[in-house]
Amino acid sequence: MKRAISIWDKTIIRQALAGSVKKLDPRTMIKNPVMFIVELGAAFLTVRWLTAVATGAETEPLFGLQITVWLWFTVLFANFAEAMAEGRGKAQADTLRRSKTETTANLIEANGETREIAATDLRKGDVVRVNAGEFIPGDGEVIEGVASVDESAITGESAPVIRESGGDRSAVTGGTRVLSDWIVVRISSDPGETFIDRMIALVEGAARQKTPNEIALHILLVGLTIIFLFAVVTLQPFAIYSGAPQTIFVLISLLVCLIPTTIGGLLSAIGIAGMDRLIQHNVLAMSGRAVEAAGDVNTLLLDKTGTITLGNRQASEFIPLPGVSDAELADAAQLSSLADETPEGRSIVVFAKEKYGLRGRELHEMADMASFISFSAQTRMSGVDLNGRKIRKGSVDAIERYIAEQGGHTPDGLRDVVEKIGRSGGTPLVVADGKTALGVIYLKDVVKGGMRERFQQLRRMGIKTVMITGDNPLTAASIANEAGVDDFLAEATPEEKMALIKREQAEGKLVAMTGDGTNDAPALAQADVGVAMNTGTQAAKEAGNMVDLDSDPTKLIEVVEIGKQLLMTRGALTTFSIANDVAKYFAIIPAMFAASFPVLNTLNIMALSTPRSAILSAVIFNALVIIGLIPLALKGVSYRPMSASSLLKRNLLIYGFGGLITPFVGIKLIDIVISAIGLA
Amino acid sequence: MNVYGIVQIVIYLVVLTLLTKPVGIYIARVYAGERTGPEAVFGPIERSLYRICRVDPATEMNWRQYGAATLMFSLVCGVSVYLIQRLQYFLPLNPAGLSGPSPDSSFNTAVSFMTNTNWQGYSGETTMSYFTQMTALTVQNFVSAAVGMALAIVFIRGIARFETDRLGNFWADVVRGTLYILLPISLAAAIFFVSQGVIQNFREYDLAQTLDGGIQTIAQGPAASQIAIKQLGTNGGGFFGVNSAHPFENPTPLTDFVQMLLILLIPAGFTYTLGRMVRSQRHGWAVYGAMMVLLIAGIALSYWAESQGNPLFPGSVDQAVAGGNMEGKEVRFGVANSALWATLTTAASNGSVNSMHDSFTPLGGLVPLLNIQLGEVIFGGVGAGMYGMLVMIILTVFIAGLMVGRTPEYLGNKIEAYDIKMAMLYILIFPLSVLGLTAVSVLMPDAGLSSLNNPGAHGLSEVLFAFTSATGNNGSAFAGLNANTAWYNTSLGIAILVGRFYMIIPVLAIAGSLAGKREVPASLGTFPVNTAMFAVLLVSVILIVGALTFFPVLSLSPILEHLQMINGQVM
Repeated sequence: MKRAISIWDKTIIRQALAGSVKKLDPRTMIKNPVMFIVELGAAFLTVRWLTAVATGAETEPLFGLQITVWLWFTVLFANFAEAMAEGRGKAQADTLRRSKTETTANLIEANGETREIAATDLRKGDVVRVNAGEFIPGDGEVIEGVASVDESAITGESAPVIRESGGDRSAVTGGTRVLSDWIVVRISSDPGETFIDRMIALVEGAARQKTPNEIALHILLVGLTIIFLFAVVTLQPFAIYSGAPQTIFVLISLLVCLIPTTIGGLLSAIGIAGMDRLIQHNVLAMSGRAVEAAGDVNTLLLDKTGTITLGNRQASEFIPLPGVSDAELADAAQLSSLADETPEGRSIVVFAKEKYGLRGRELHEMADMASFISFSAQTRMSGVDLNGRKIRKGSVDAIERYIAEQGGHTPDGLRDVVEKIGRSGGTPLVVADGKTALGVIYLKDVVKGGMRERFQQLRRMGIKTVMITGDNPLTAASIANEAGVDDFLAEATPEEKMALIKREQAEGKLVAMTGDGTNDAPALAQADVGVAMNTGTQAAKEAGNMVDLDSDPTKLIEVVEIGKQLLMTRGALTTFSIANDVAKYFAIIPAMFAASFPVLNTLNIMALSTPRSAILSAVIFNALVIIGLIPLALKGVSYRPMSASSLLKRNLLIYGFGGLITPFVGIKLIDIVISAIGLA
Repeated sequence: MNVYGIVQIVIYLVVLTLLTKPVGIYIARVYAGERTGPEAVFGPIERSLYRICRVDPATEMNWRQYGAATLMFSLVCGVSVYLIQRLQYFLPLNPAGLSGPSPDSSFNTAVSFMTNTNWQGYSGETTMSYFTQMTALTVQNFVSAAVGMALAIVFIRGIARFETDRLGNFWADVVRGTLYILLPISLAAAIFFVSQGVIQNFREYDLAQTLDGGIQTIAQGPAASQIAIKQLGTNGGGFFGVNSAHPFENPTPLTDFVQMLLILLIPAGFTYTLGRMVRSQRHGWAVYGAMMVLLIAGIALSYWAESQGNPLFPGSVDQAVAGGNMEGKEVRFGVANSALWATLTTAASNGSVNSMHDSFTPLGGLVPLLNIQLGEVIFGGVGAGMYGMLVMIILTVFIAGLMVGRTPEYLGNKIEAYDIKMAMLYILIFPLSVLGLTAVSVLMPDAGLSSLNNPGAHGLSEVLFAFTSATGNNGSAFAGLNANTAWYNTSLGIAILVGRFYMIIPVLAIAGSLAGKREVPASLGTFPVNTAMFAVLLVSVILIVGALTFFPVLSLSPILEHLQMINGQVM
């Protein structure tokens, strides 16, 4: 389920408007030093303007008022960006919270008696019984029973899932509902710390901590702010020396235009929006750090089954033995597989139909004239007795035995064919009619469509893909080759998987993986990005730092892309913000000194109408650019997989060069407008 | 601008480029402790120095130990230079009988020479005895340069090494740098200079009868030996007051060419050393390219501005005959070589002059000022230019690196919050010192403004240049400002100290932090630092960080003066 929310969602905008005023509280603002400086400046000018107007000392009350008001807008716009991002997170959270309805729990006491208590009173380790129709009161592990559970509140998937004690499907989530049967659950978290609670806290931004890159960027921005603060503070002595002292309104305008307000105002919105984008993909991250790490990943460990291949082997070729025609073999293969309900068996029926136009015959049509032998794990073959023919299909060993029982012998050619298939990573099934072997069915793992291209993209991004499989090395190599992964780990055990992760990490690489079973938990914990499947065990979910609600292992690739997009958005807007300053200088500096030194008007390359309007235009542009960039901050810069140098070239052109040019155009346009309506 | 001027400049740049690789390899070999040519002669000296000082050159230090050694060594140097000056009257080799300079002047000179700045508030021939020149000043020219190189090498080691806190031995790095790099090249250069007429003697000053009947004192002394190292070590402190404009310091166009070559020889070579030590020669050339682009831009602007001459001269004065603005320039060098020198000496933190920067046209004078304000990273001082550039590279990698969607990396080192904090400390100190002290000076009518020769925009340029030069450890003077006063000696001395020591601490901290990191293997997703695009990016960041900081004040000094000049408002 996509949880996309429109940027223009009215409720969110309305709440964000209120939020941006609430965030003016200096105790909140100080967390963002760049914008705090702007707020201080605005507050100072407000007092200054009021006293000046009251005493009649202000010569240009309209100009001072406009500057002051626009500075307040600058702060409000930045707050609005953050409030918007939080609002979108809250909207996601509310959907989740709806599932957290008031529930009661049937607590099973130590003496075996059941007592009804409020779900909020449950503690870790408590054991509860959940009957059909009841909500599961908290996260936990099924320790007894089997039940079908409706998890749509969490996953958005309406089909119920089976939860049972033992094995890899024992985890249940609080707020989901048992549809049939009953289960006994051991609660695994205290109230307020459940899975949903953590998710809500994260998307609401309450539990948001600054990520390492965000901290580094903050230091850069604070450093730049100090430099510009100093450049502006010392400008007044130079101006006095030159005989052109400046008003405080002009100086603070210059300061606000120079300090990196654009990125400073949007930084936290970018971070929150990054988390939000993950949630839209139905992935929950336990920390912002994990999202950032996803962008840095060097190695992806992908499970073969379900991620790279469709999960089941499928018939891909019929190889008849000498003297048998293709059609004959296909017919026999189809007949013998009618009673084989396994995915492999069904794929043979379908393949024969598609390739040779053999209509799938239905069991019931033939029930009176044929007797079917269905597939079983013991016999490892299936077949049909029809009109005296005894057609069988099964594993090589099983059919060889069958032929021997029938008094025949395996022809020499069969071994060669079987071995060849084995070598190329496929699975051979033999078809026999009585004591005669007819040929071989070639079953192979089918690689999902488009995977090769995705792996190529990943390679271009500098990411290595490693396929993890329980298959033997031969089979694994063949599939790895077909799928185009860079490496594979065959006959993988949890220990070997762990060793592989540690080996990669020792080389300084960051590793991402998916997992669902309890035996995946250590590896999930070791990996830098561990995405647990929601269908997996509680242990796996606890160990990973992300949970995929759709339980789609392929999504790891999207997670990496979202991580990269988050970092790119920050870099792009920082570059944009700094490049903007050039134009602002050309607007403000000549305006400041043109009165005393008319020659400095040469620097007024935008030909702004008056000094007042030049300064005002720069301040207005500086405020409006924050609003203008909110959609970009929330959606993230567009990302297509490509090499770092192509990415850099592209982003540098758009955000570096664009950042240089845009304000020249923007300030000029604003200047035209405000001059036309007589504001300056 | 004429074809001869351009050809001379091109020849200079070509020769410099050709020397970059051999010099770079040589520097790398010296600091790797490999055998080099001069080993045969200086090897025993090196070993006995270690023995006397009880230093084990193989024991490497962490960044804190290295920093402590640097500070300790500099302190001892500074104190010794101060004492030698104060006591010079009682010391030998003082044929002119010069008494010791004042305490504030001695302090200023001591910090100036121990920091490789060579700002000179005094005039050599009337202030310093031969003994002071040789044992205090020339010695500092060597060792302060060796300290700068050692710090750059430590930074590069920090980049190239992983998961260690060991960065090398300070004493071994300083000794090897002095004995194997500075001494042999200076020796050869000094002999060459003597062959061209640079003086090297201990004679008393000559007295000459001038044509109009006056008596002229002609200063003498061991000049050649100091001049070689003053250029090679990007020190810049002249033996005589007028520095390399003096015929005894820089007699011929050939000595002029060789001195200019010596200024950038080691800084240019260091780009190759960088590439070699971090095992990415293309990165070294990318850094070289970025520096070269900025250098050529400066030369072009300066040469163009000086060639234009002063538009306010009456039409009867044909400046074109002289090639442009010749005020304050030596006829034997002309406009092209003066503009080239002015650009080089401020690009590198050399500070020696062969013409009067104060007499340059406003834009011609803007180039030296801006060169220093960009952080002395256009090749820069020996070592100092490289570590300054590396800080700029780290900032560039961080700002632009995020744009490729990864935590920024520089040659396998993740750039994290601590590194950015230190880089920003480094970047902050420069404008704080320059703008702060200049602002204070122009607000003080007595102590600050009374030293000015000129009012208005040009006067502001003079004060700004002095603090820029001091904080940038350049040492060149715009002149026109009488800096030998208690306020300027003291405040400039502080600017010099701040510009050196507050900056090397973050540099060492970054080196230590980078060395401790685990290597991130490069992949296609890694931010590329060996391309032309990276060089362009680096240039942009340097220009934006430098220009954005100083543009407001520059618009009131050289830029305003230029606009006033072309509009006929000032001469």
